[in-house]
Amino acid sequence: MIIHPRHTQIIAISMLVILTVFTLAILVFIILFVFSKGLPYISFDFLFSNPEDMGKAGGIFPTLIGTIVLPLLAIIIATPLGVGTAVYLTEYTRENRITRIIRFGADCLAGIPSIIFGLFGFIFFVTTLEMGWSIISGSLTLAFMILPTIIRTSEEAIKAVPYSYREVGFSLGATLWQTVRKIVLPNALPGIVTGIMLSIGRSIGETAAVIFTAGSSLRIPNSVFDSIRTMSVHFYILAREGISSKNAYATAAVLIISILLINLVTYWIMNRFIAKKTK
Amino acid sequence: MDKNKYIINNLNVFWNKAQVLRSIDIQVPSHKILGIIGPSGSGKTVFLRSLNRMNDLVPEIRVEGQILLDGEDIYHPECDAVSIRKRVGMVFALPVPLPASIYDNVIFNPGLSGIRDHKKLDLLVEKSLKSAFLWDEVKDRLKTSAMRLSGGQQQRLCLARVLAMEPEVILLDEPCSGLDPISTAAIEDALRILKDTYTIILVTNNTKQAARVADNTAFFLMNEMVEYGPTEQIFTVPGDKRTNDYITGRFG
Amino acid sequence: MKVLTEKGIYRLLMIIALSAIAMLLLIVLFILKEGLPFIFITGIRDFLLSSEWKPAAGKFGIFPMLVGSLWVTLGAMIVGVPLGLAGAVFISEFIPRWAMKIIKPTIELLAGIPSVVYGFIGVMVLAPLIRDYFGGPGLSIAAGAIILGIMILPTILSISIDSIKAVPNSYREGAFALGATHWQTIHMVVIPAARSGIVAGIILGLGRAIGETMAVIMVVGNAVKLPGSAFDSVRTLTANIALEMGYATGKHREALFATGVVLLVIIMVLNYFAASAIKRGVKK
Repeated sequence: MIIHPRHTQIIAISMLVILTVFTLAILVFIILFVFSKGLPYISFDFLFSNPEDMGKAGGIFPTLIGTIVLPLLAIIIATPLGVGTAVYLTEYTRENRITRIIRFGADCLAGIPSIIFGLFGFIFFVTTLEMGWSIISGSLTLAFMILPTIIRTSEEAIKAVPYSYREVGFSLGATLWQTVRKIVLPNALPGIVTGIMLSIGRSIGETAAVIFTAGSSLRIPNSVFDSIRTMSVHFYILAREGISSKNAYATAAVLIISILLINLVTYWIMNRFIAKKTK
Repeated sequence: MDKNKYIINNLNVFWNKAQVLRSIDIQVPSHKILGIIGPSGSGKTVFLRSLNRMNDLVPEIRVEGQILLDGEDIYHPECDAVSIRKRVGMVFALPVPLPASIYDNVIFNPGLSGIRDHKKLDLLVEKSLKSAFLWDEVKDRLKTSAMRLSGGQQQRLCLARVLAMEPEVILLDEPCSGLDPISTAAIEDALRILKDTYTIILVTNNTKQAARVADNTAFFLMNEMVEYGPTEQIFTVPGDKRTNDYITGRFG
Repeated sequence: MKVLTEKGIYRLLMIIALSAIAMLLLIVLFILKEGLPFIFITGIRDFLLSSEWKPAAGKFGIFPMLVGSLWVTLGAMIVGVPLGLAGAVFISEFIPRWAMKIIKPTIELLAGIPSVVYGFIGVMVLAPLIRDYFGGPGLSIAAGAIILGIMILPTILSISIDSIKAVPNSYREGAFALGATHWQTIHMVVIPAARSGIVAGIILGLGRAIGETMAVIMVVGNAVKLPGSAFDSVRTLTANIALEMGYATGKHREALFATGVVLLVIIMVLNYFAASAIKRGVKK
């Protein structure tokens, strides 16, 4: 029996609709579920007071600090390295075997499980270099983890700047560096910023690489050599050790809101940037 | 000052192994417009880009021979390509405004040398835009994006941007190929006035344009320069049959 | 003066690039140095195919973990790929532009949600359901597969949507002009044209599923044994490293690094396939 194409179409598209609705429903359910369980417990006190009894009661203030400090330091370390490498690869060398190897290496490392970075950071920074479980070990490990992403996204962004813009720069008497600084980088900025924001988001959500390098101290750190706990790690410990599911949900809600804020800020920056250029 | 701005001796250019320009000898007089005509692929653009060392940017291209700018060999190892490009401005076939304001586009080069004096820059912008016949159309919206100008306006902005650099020579690579007749006329009018101050080399595949504005004309064909002389002579009594065929439209 | 600074910048950038590369190399070499000797001393066969993992007794066979990772990842693909593909096709072909403006950021937000949150939902919602309806401990291959499958959905969705959107409209118009229905156009023209991007997205999702650690630890139960069914508890390679890293020393620590080497190799192979899939797409 041959089914008429119009009937196949109706069947196929109904399947698509059902699967899509199902998919979106699951994903929306996750956000709504966490919010419904967590949002009621979020308050000023929860955000800005210290945890009590291992996190069973009290707030999450130290983990808030950890969540800001670790990704920030990681970005400060990784951005100059990553963007500098991308500029070098795209503008200062010609395509050859070495650049291809670097690119393949960056691609591979971008896909390496974060636990491997955790393993490396734990043995290398924490143990071998005797930095201990500390902010510095954690942020260095995170910097290693996000470096490949920053290199690749910056490279893509720089490559997307039309070649004719560079020609204009050179023809108007700009040196290579002046062309890079005045024309290439400003026009690649939205892409570079997106890569950085993506990396911040990834660092905030990271648990495996952080828990073994920054530790899980709930005290407010005095220096970069003190251990710290991020929100993700805090959430993991609360959830895994069954300390308090109420506080776990609340922490998860704060985490999702932070990611949401980062995405919104990224969109805002991009839109402002595009509007400014074409106004 | 020397009467010839450029003296070019036995210029050979290679793209990888293929030769794209064959032993070009030409003298370009100061304060004149040199028109270069010829079918596409004849080597006009490569020739033009040899004159301000833009070919340096293409690793496949190798330039041999001598190009003297005011008697100075611009391909001498000691010679800095950036300083040559400051003396020799260039307008490309397609207008490429940078995604910034009209004002910022014009002051791109002065900004590089760190000029911050607003009065000076304002004057420079006004002067350059006036010389490019664009001032009246944009004087009220200098801070808006250059991307919002029409194609013809964008090309005149590119010319103004070169003028603000205060070069000695202006190279134009088919600057009117994508423009309407009115914008083309505006650019041609600008060039006729500008030649008092600058030496102008205009590559065009519109032979009539060369006839209208050029003082001297060179005809390029198949990687060689076939003929070079005063425009009148080239267009009335060409010495080479191929030139005659080309300008009368038998091919090209 | 200017020439000098130009050269200085060139050197500076070169140093930056070289140090970035050195950092990346350092990780790989470090993991290999710590793990490879152990593999060779134990023997590749014994290490990969022995089922006994008893660190206290000096027995290090990761076969159960290999099987665990394999089943959980395979299950995740079975859950994630059909949903992701169907969603991507529908969203990119049928959803109007204004709705895309809401859906795309939502998907990006979901991609950014920490994996531990997914894991927690697995523990709180999914595992009890599985325990009640299918028996077993609940924390199982099935729970891990479903949670990972959902977790990689945003990745598959967003990459597939991008590659379907990148198919030129002229292809669709060509098919319509030949009298194809919309569905015929989709499955005979659009999907084949977007195939390399879709494959790359799936492989990236696969990599994410294999590499996920904390969420998996929360939902698969972590028992070191060969599973009998989808509702048995297993331990994955990543979980093995994370669970024992804190206290491992000596041979035990080397064995964990060796587990890391195995993961590294798997990811490199996957990346190679992803890269060649993308390259094929570009050539076409």
